[in-house]
Formats: sequence, C-alpha cells, structure tokens
Amino acid sequence: MGLLSDPNRRKALTGLLTRLNTPICIVCYLAGIVWFMGLAFEPFTLRTYMSENAMGSTMVEERFSSGERALSLAKEFDAHKRKAGGMPVEWLVKAMQSRGLEVFTQSFSRKLPFPDENKERYMVRGTNVYGILRAPRAPRTEALVITAPCSPGNTNNQAVALLLALAQYFRNQIYWAKDIIFLVNEHDLIGTQAWLEGYHHTNITGMEYSPLQGRAGSIQAALSLELSSDVITSLDLVLEGLNGQLPNLDLANLFYAFCQKLGVLCTIQGKLQRNDWDTAEGYTHAAQTMMLMVLKQACGRSWGDHGLFLRYHIEAASVRGINSFRHYKTDATTIGRLLEGMVRKLNNLLERLHQSYFFYLLPSLSRFVSIGYYMPAFGLLAVILLLRVSFPGLCHCFSVSLQPSSPGVLTVLTPVVISHLTGVALYLLPVHLQEMAVEHFPVSETEAVVLTAIAIYTAGLALPHNTQRLLSGEGTEQGWKVLKLTALLYLAVLLGCTALINFSLGFILAVTLVPITASITPHMPKALYAVVMVLLSPAFTILYCVFIYQELIEAPVSVSEGWMLFLSVISQGILDHALYGSLVYPLLALFIYPCWLMFWNILFWN
Amino acid sequence: MDGTLFRSVNKFFIIAFCLDIKSYKSFMHRPDSFFLATKMAAPLTLLLIVAVTIRAVLFRSSLAELISARVEVVSPLNAWKRVVEGLALLDLGVSPYSGDVFHETPLMIYLFHFTVDYAEIVFIVTDGITALALYLSIQTYNKDVFRKQKYALESDRYSADCLELLRSPKEMFYIPLKVAMFYLLNPFTILSCVAKSTCGLNNAIIALFIFCTLKGSALLSGILLALATYQSIYPLTLFAPALLFFLQRLYIPVNLRRSSFWFFTLQYAFMYVGSLVVITGLSFFLLGSWDFIPSVYGFIFSVPDLTPNIGLFWYFFAEMFEHFRLFFSCVFQINVFFYTIPLSIKLKEHPVFLIFMQIAIISIFKSYPTVGDVALYMAFLPAWSHLYRFLRNIFLVSCVLLACSALFPVLWHLWIYAGSANSNFYYAITLLFNFGQILLVADYFYAYLRREHHLTHGLYLKKKDGTEATLVLK
Repeated sequence: MGLLSDPNRRKALTGLLTRLNTPICIVCYLAGIVWFMGLAFEPFTLRTYMSENAMGSTMVEERFSSGERALSLAKEFDAHKRKAGGMPVEWLVKAMQSRGLEVFTQSFSRKLPFPDENKERYMVRGTNVYGILRAPRAPRTEALVITAPCSPGNTNNQAVALLLALAQYFRNQIYWAKDIIFLVNEHDLIGTQAWLEGYHHTNITGMEYSPLQGRAGSIQAALSLELSSDVITSLDLVLEGLNGQLPNLDLANLFYAFCQKLGVLCTIQGKLQRNDWDTAEGYTHAAQTMMLMVLKQACGRSWGDHGLFLRYHIEAASVRGINSFRHYKTDATTIGRLLEGMVRKLNNLLERLHQSYFFYLLPSLSRFVSIGYYMPAFGLLAVILLLRVSFPGLCHCFSVSLQPSSPGVLTVLTPVVISHLTGVALYLLPVHLQEMAVEHFPVSETEAVVLTAIAIYTAGLALPHNTQRLLSGEGTEQGWKVLKLTALLYLAVLLGCTALINFSLGFILAVTLVPITASITPHMPKALYAVVMVLLSPAFTILYCVFIYQELIEAPVSVSEGWMLFLSVISQGILDHALYGSLVYPLLALFIYPCWLMFWNILFWN
Repeated sequence: MDGTLFRSVNKFFIIAFCLDIKSYKSFMHRPDSFFLATKMAAPLTLLLIVAVTIRAVLFRSSLAELISARVEVVSPLNAWKRVVEGLALLDLGVSPYSGDVFHETPLMIYLFHFTVDYAEIVFIVTDGITALALYLSIQTYNKDVFRKQKYALESDRYSADCLELLRSPKEMFYIPLKVAMFYLLNPFTILSCVAKSTCGLNNAIIALFIFCTLKGSALLSGILLALATYQSIYPLTLFAPALLFFLQRLYIPVNLRRSSFWFFTLQYAFMYVGSLVVITGLSFFLLGSWDFIPSVYGFIFSVPDLTPNIGLFWYFFAEMFEHFRLFFSCVFQINVFFYTIPLSIKLKEHPVFLIFMQIAIISIFKSYPTVGDVALYMAFLPAWSHLYRFLRNIFLVSCVLLACSALFPVLWHLWIYAGSANSNFYYAITLLFNFGQILLVADYFYAYLRREHHLTHGLYLKKKDGTEATLVLK
C-alpha cells in the first residue's frame, strides 16, 4: 500500500512508466513469446506423476485374453453393418444381451443449420445402443462409460468388437464397484451429444431424441475408443475437448502408466516422445507437440467423442489406435488389457478425479506445463495493454472524460455501438441469410454461409468512413484517445477472460492483436498500417493457424488448398456452435471482431 | 509586496464570484422558477423512460431467468425464489420461516402477498422511487452546500488561493440528474431489478430515509431509519450521521455537556426506537409468532448459509473450524459497525458524506452483499465529482472493478460448470473486488478531507523550509 499512498514514490513510478513505456512494452512482448517457447524446454517442465491415491499404489493384474475373438467379432460386425447400410441395431442389441448386459436404445434426429460438407450430412437420424453392466459390489450410484463410435465404411469395426469382447470379459468379474456403460453411438459427436443430453435430462442444443430407458449412477469417467485395424503400432491419446476444456491430468497419467507397463508405444498429437531434450531436434519436437496442442485447444472443438463428456463434469479421453509402418506391432489382446487396467483403476476411485491439474499443456506424455508456468506468458502480453492504458496521455483523457463538459462520451459511443452491431450481424446473418444467398448466387448452402460471413467481415472494414459521417462534428484528438482507452481496457478484459477459459485461444489472439492495438494512432501512415492491421486481424489469425497446423502435422498444403481448408474451418466453427454449443464463433463474432473494429476506427479517425 | 498584490487580486475575484453567485441565487428564487423545473424535468423523465424500457425488455427476455440465478445478484436473504416459497408456505397456513428457506421480514411478505402478480412493476417502480429520492436529496444537499459556501466566503473563512476549489452553480446543476442516472442505468441496479432481488426495496427505503433527513423531517427520518434497520439491521449505523445532520441543521453544537444536545439526541433516538418497536410489534401481530427474529436477524448475524457471493464471509466460514465460528462471526460483524465511531468523529461536520461512507462500508462488509448494495453507494459518486482532482487511484480502481465484474461469471463457470477451477479462484476475485471497493471508498475519504484542508489552509502548501509540501493521510 505504501506504493499507492506515498505521493513521492507514486510520482517516481509513473514517471518511470511514462518515460520507458515503449521499451517496456517491447520487452514484455518479446519476453512473453520467449517464455511461451521456453515452456517446451524440458528442464522447465515438470514430470507427470499420479496424484490420485486410489489409482496409484495398487497395480492390477490384467487377464483379458480374448483379443482373437474380438477380431472375428469385428468381421461379423462389419458384415452386419454392410447389410444394414448403417448401424446394425438389432445385431448389436442381441450381441450385448447375449453378453449379459441390460441393453437399451435411443433414437435421435437433428437437422443441421446447413449441410456439413466434410461429413456429408444434413438431416441426421440415428440410434445409440448402450448396455449397462450393473456393479455387483456397490450401490450403483456411480458409473463409468466406454464408448466406441460406429462410423460409416469399414472404420472403427475393431473398436466396437473390442468393446463387446471387453463387456463379455467384464461381466464375469466380481470386483466392479461402479456400473459400466458400453455405448455404441452413431454419427459420432451428434450421437454422443444426444445420449449425454438424454442421460442428464438437458436440452441445450435443440436436438430431438427419445428419452433414455435405462440409467446408471453419476458418470465418473469415460473412455472413447477408436480402432480401425487388427494390429496397431501405437496408441494416440486425445484430450482436447469442447471449448478447449481438458480432462484431469491423472487420466493422461493413467494411460501413460499402462502404456509403460504393457510396453505399448504411446503418442500424443501423433508424436512419439523423444529423450534427447538437450539437442535442437529434441526441443523442436517437444515445441511442435506443444504447439499442436495449443492450436487444437484454441479452436475449441471436440477432437473426439470424449470432448462432449467434459461439459458434464465427466473426465474423458479418446484412445486412438494408429497403424503405421513400424515393425513393432501390438495386438488386440494387449489393447484390451490396457483398457481393462484403466477401467479397473477408475473403478477404484473413491471420489471424482480432482487431485491433479485441469489446466496444463503437454510437450510430451511424460512432461507437463501447469497453469502457473504458462500464465505468465499470457500475463506478459496482457500487461502491455494495461501499460498502454496507463500511458499519460490516455490517463489524462480518462480524467477529462469524467469532467462534466466532455464531448467524448457520444463520439466514443457511436463507434462502439456500430462495431458491436456489425458483430451481431456477423453472428446472425450467415446462417439466416443462406437461402437468399443460394437463390441469387450459384453456390451451395455451406459456401453461402461461409462467404456471407467473409463478406460481412470485409464490409465491416468500410465502417469508419461511414460512422464519421453519422457523427455531427469532426473527430477530435480527445475523441480517439478516449476511444483507444476504452478499446484497450475492453480488449484486456476480453483476452483475460478468454485465457482463463481457454488459454490457447487467449494466447494466440493476444500474440496477434496486442502489438498492433498497443501502437495504433490516427497519425500513422494510413495505407501501411491498414495493411498491417488487416494482416493481423482475427480472420487472418485463423488462416495462419490453418497453415501452421498443416505444417506441424507434416501435411503442408498449397495456398489454394489452405484457402479451402480455411473456408471449411469457418463452416465447421459455425456448425460446432450450432450443434454442440462451442463458444469460439460467438466469441470471435460478438466480441473480438468488434473490438478489433474499434481499433480500425482509431486508425481512420479524422 | 507581491503577496499583498496577490491577495488583493484574489479578493477581487472572490467578490466577482460572489456577484455571480448572487445572480444565480436570484435566478433560483425567481417567482417563475417553473422554467427551471421544466428544464430539469424533461431529462429526468427521459431517463426514467429509458430505465423502465431497459428493465421491461430484460424482464421479457430469456436473460431474466439466467440473471435471477446469479449468486452475485441475489443472496439467500433477498432471492425472489425464496420470496415465492415463503408466500406459498404462508398460503398453506404454515409459518413461512419453517424450513430455513425464507429470510425476508414479515412486512415484506405481506407486501408481496398483495402484489405478487405485479412483482415486476413493483420492482421497476421501486427503482424509480429510489432514483427520484436520490435526485431530490442531492438537489437539496447541493443547495445547502452552496449556501454554506457563500456564508463561508462572506465571513472570509476560506483561504485566499483556493478559489479554484469553490463549487460553481454551473457544475452543480446537473449533479442530481447524474446521481439519478448513475443509479438507474448502473448495470448492477438493472441486474438486481431484473433478478427481482428485494435488495432494490431496501435501497428505496434507505434513499427515502436520506431524502427525509435532508429535508429536515426528524420524525419521518426516524421512522424510515427504523424501517431500514428492521429490513436488514446494518442501516443502524446510519443513526449517527442522521443525528449529526439534524444537530447541525438546528445549530445545536455536539457537546456532551450541553442539555440541548442530549435533549435532541434522546428525542431522535426515541422516535427511532419507538418506530422500531412498533414495526416489530406489528410484525408479531401479523404472523402471531416471533419466528422471524431468529430467521431474519439470526440468519444475518450468524451467517449459516455459505453460498458464495461477492462478500468476504462465505469462504472464511466455510474453511474455518466449527469451534471458532462464534468468535469470528463476532469479529466480522463488529467490523461493519466499528467504523461508525471514528468516522463520526472525523466527519462530524459533514454528515452527508458520512452517510455515503456508511452505506459503502455496509455494502462491503455486510454478511450477504449483492451488487444491488454496491449500486446504491455508487450512485453517490457524481455528488463528489468536485473531489476528482484529489483522487489518486480512481483509474486503477475503475479498472479493477470492471475486470472483476467480468471475471465473476467466468470463474463461476470454471468452478461450477467446467469443474476445472475451484472456490479459491472465485474467492480471489471476490477479494480483489472488495479490495477495489475499499480503495475507492478510502480514496474518496482522503480526497474529501484533503479538499477541506485546502479550503482552510490554502491550496499551495509550503513546508517550513519553503518547498512544496505533500499531504499524507495517516
């Protein structure tokens, strides 16, 4: 408090901040980036460890042995799937019943706001089949879920078959203290969403589904299994869920521990772990893995069926079998044992997974960066905004704007309101105007939606000239300073809130938005800065992320392919919002974009 | 030589200023002051219309349900859901206080017993009344301030070089309107009204109390203060500023040896306590039992409901060992009342500012605060806009309060829905929010004292050795 109340020290502090404002800002920015890149460097990270006592000390012995039977089941399932031309509901019900489960089905239907061209679906109609294995040893108040999506074509047959084989094996064991639900869902995420909403009696996305006939207790954890070949070379763990939510780190630790125990190669983001952290390649590898995680988390979509469970407070992860050209292969029995071990450990849980971290980044499966380590990277970027706010000229404006005779309020209010109205248009119009667009232009619905969004986005750039006309007087020097102050504060609060919910998104936005927003004034060369601002706008940020992502998964794309991907990313973002309630699209359209427009207004202030 | 010249020039300015004041006074007392009334009535009506429209639109939107479930907006004491529950119990012939859900006072439940179908209108009208009462109080107060300033100028009590600290009618003209606007358009008030939190009614009672006090009606003031105390105990501390105000108004010096002082104090205390007894007795006869005493006042004092809110109590009491509970609830509750004594001594010449300080302290330290309480004292901030030049941290504080308001729902989401954060995150923001509020109040307190100091000692203080002096609040 001494610092705040002693006038002399205050003066010294503000003097220092004023004189060295720009250098401090530059140093903060660079420090933020360096700090972030440093997170992947192994000595700066922590080794993962199992925090949950109930899952730690007691290693279980896995006895699952019917891997071969699972593979033959897979063939049978495949044949029935082909015959039914979709999910063989009756066969599945029979198969589960014969294994002694209580079997129920749930039908659901959903009309997408516009056709999904990636997955080629519009009117979705499907059925979920699930069987409940009742726990013999406990009062059935808690449950675990194992799910396998029934995908079209001949993918994922082995996953469903392994699920059935596990159900048969689990049925004969006596140690279950939690109900185990085996769920085969159709239409991947839409099916999962319908089942979860049915299970929890909620309806947040306007899905039509039949109510669930059978329920178990509150679900503690869920595992989603994706397996498309008889043998695999490695197992990939997918953690990123809806809105960048992650499951408790103990779930990843559990998976890693069993992979180590059974000698299965395990990857995260499809990348194997390397031990040579002290070489340049080793560091690059870890940095790439972490960057992939950041990009996937930032886009806020669910990267597997597990992602939707997280919203319901259920810790969940997807395990994906990968078959590449390695000599060392793992058979279905081992995968079955791995799952058996994980489920038995989860069965031992006395309370929900809560001991370990919920906020983390993984440069590899055995190393993690916790929130305390990565938040400073964001903090260093965010503090620039606050430093610019405390810039004396702006501070003075604040005092002026409080004075009774200030002209500021109205001149500032107009651009703020107009920017936000543009944001609302960007949020509402693309989906609502698709029919009109399809009538007048030779495009499909999906293209219409995406192109309308881009058109509105671009049209927003013309705003400053028009808002100026709406204002009665000339824009004053005072005016833009007050606007900049408002916009900087707004952006700082916005990014802060975003980073708390989804660190990656907040950080990526901060990296691109902070430098330009901190330095913008109307007195700069307009053309040059307009180009720079557009290049650092939210839409271009998405475009860069698409290219970087493709580069990181070692599938680089050409510019035109990248553009097509960019369009599909936008349509997927809008669909994710409509179908599952992902918040990235509304965040960008309703808040980030209007905020950026306010800075655009400052540049063209006259 | 230079000094005398400076003084004489200053004298000239002061006289010119007084002339200006006189012309203003004549303007104020013009027989056809109808003109003035219409000039202010139009914006006030417009403001009321805008405020009512916003509330009506929000009541009709789907947001109303969301808002009424927010812990920042409603507390166990004033949630509308609980009022409805109490009404249902009353209709069934059961005591509404059985079952530990309902904690409103009996008068409140009878008010809503008759108006439950028009609850939305009641809440909107209540906000309007509060704003109007604040508007008229501040108008009265400003006239008063101006009159005093004139007398002080005429009797040469102000230092010569503090001309720029004097308040002019021009800058004071819009202050009442701004006060009303700060109350009606404050998002906190709007949220509180849309959530149908009965906090709005308590605010109205306090605002009416302030109005009656400033108008000089001791009886009404005593009755309303009793009503406010009956509603939520804490306004008890407003007794001291109200008494000081009346004493000042009646030119009775605050002197413990004077019989006139004791006579008036006892008179006012009698009015206050008498109406409190009458109201409590009325409540007893309405319900036929004393159930409401433990259920309302016991609930406020012993803090059994630890639902998170923007206050400081819940986390402490959730974490604490049970056998320390009594001790800490005493400490926490004394905290609210304790500041009355030093503040009354320090601000005995400025009872209206003392009222503001007390309301702020109550809303920070009370056991179940909501944003509605914060809105009430924030409405007074425009009345102190002349202190702006002496405020030191206002910018920092506004940033902190803004950021906290945005972070409350975010951290709540992370804690309750996502399950990835925990109560510590939310409490950290609560702490920061209260820190901001305390800093704000302390800043205004300091600025007020400093202005008074400058008025008597001159604006440009010099140390003994001739260098520029700085004032430090100790």
